[in-house]
Amino acid sequence: MEQLNNIGASLDFYIFVSIALFSIGAIGVLTRKNMIVLLMCIELMLNAVNLLLVTFSTFFGNGEAQIFVFFIIVVAAAEATIGLSILIMAYRNSKSIDIEMFHKLNG
Amino acid sequence: MSLQMISVILGSLTIASALMVILSKHPIRSVIYLVITFFFISAMYILMNAQFLAIVNMIVYAGAIMVLFLFVLMLLNLNKEMEPETNRMGIISALVAGGTLFLVLITALRDSFQYGKGYTMVKVPEAGLVENLGKLLFSKYLVPFEISSILFIAAMVGAVLLAKREKQIID
Repeated sequence: MEQLNNIGASLDFYIFVSIALFSIGAIGVLTRKNMIVLLMCIELMLNAVNLLLVTFSTFFGNGEAQIFVFFIIVVAAAEATIGLSILIMAYRNSKSIDIEMFHKLNG
Repeated sequence: MSLQMISVILGSLTIASALMVILSKHPIRSVIYLVITFFFISAMYILMNAQFLAIVNMIVYAGAIMVLFLFVLMLLNLNKEMEPETNRMGIISALVAGGTLFLVLITALRDSFQYGKGYTMVKVPEAGLVENLGKLLFSKYLVPFEISSILFIAAMVGAVLLAKREKQIID
């Protein structure tokens, strides 16, 4: 039990937290219609994955997963930039941030 | 108060603030709650001795990306009637789908739950320290690191091109 306390909780607790975060992000993507909140929910899901990777990396004493987390953060930054600029462009064309607006692309 | 207590409190606070992100009606409140969530996640990284990632998470996520979100929110100047309405049927079906996803993931990872029960760190983990990560990043993962800089340039050029105001034809 003393060894357990080195890192806080046990492995299953961290897995539970990251699964909960991922599911909350998925529910947010499915329920909300606001494009900005949608992008934020995607960030939430990416962070859940990051938390899981860091947990396993720490528990198995291998640093390579944390490099992957670093790259995920890099890609997430690029993705947020592009997503927000697409959002600005869409808002300029239709004066709305409803995700349903993209149905117009259906032709 | 043991470290285990602290991590359980941190985890529940993280889940609560993540819930507030999708529950709050106003997007600015969502952004603030998301920043709080990222700070809690950074605290969990520190608890797991992943110091480098904790700092990077705080700087890049809570600093840069969230400021970008706030900037766009202020730029768009949204008001109350702009908020798109959601239908009740969609919310219920999304809740069912999300809950099912949660259950499926829990069941899929149940084996690692049982495996992790006895699996504890023997010593303080040193994988997440800056020195070890830097050695890895600049030897084995040097090429992806350089490619990520090209990705950033592409993202920057793309964002500028996409958000640039097109030339209006005035007749």
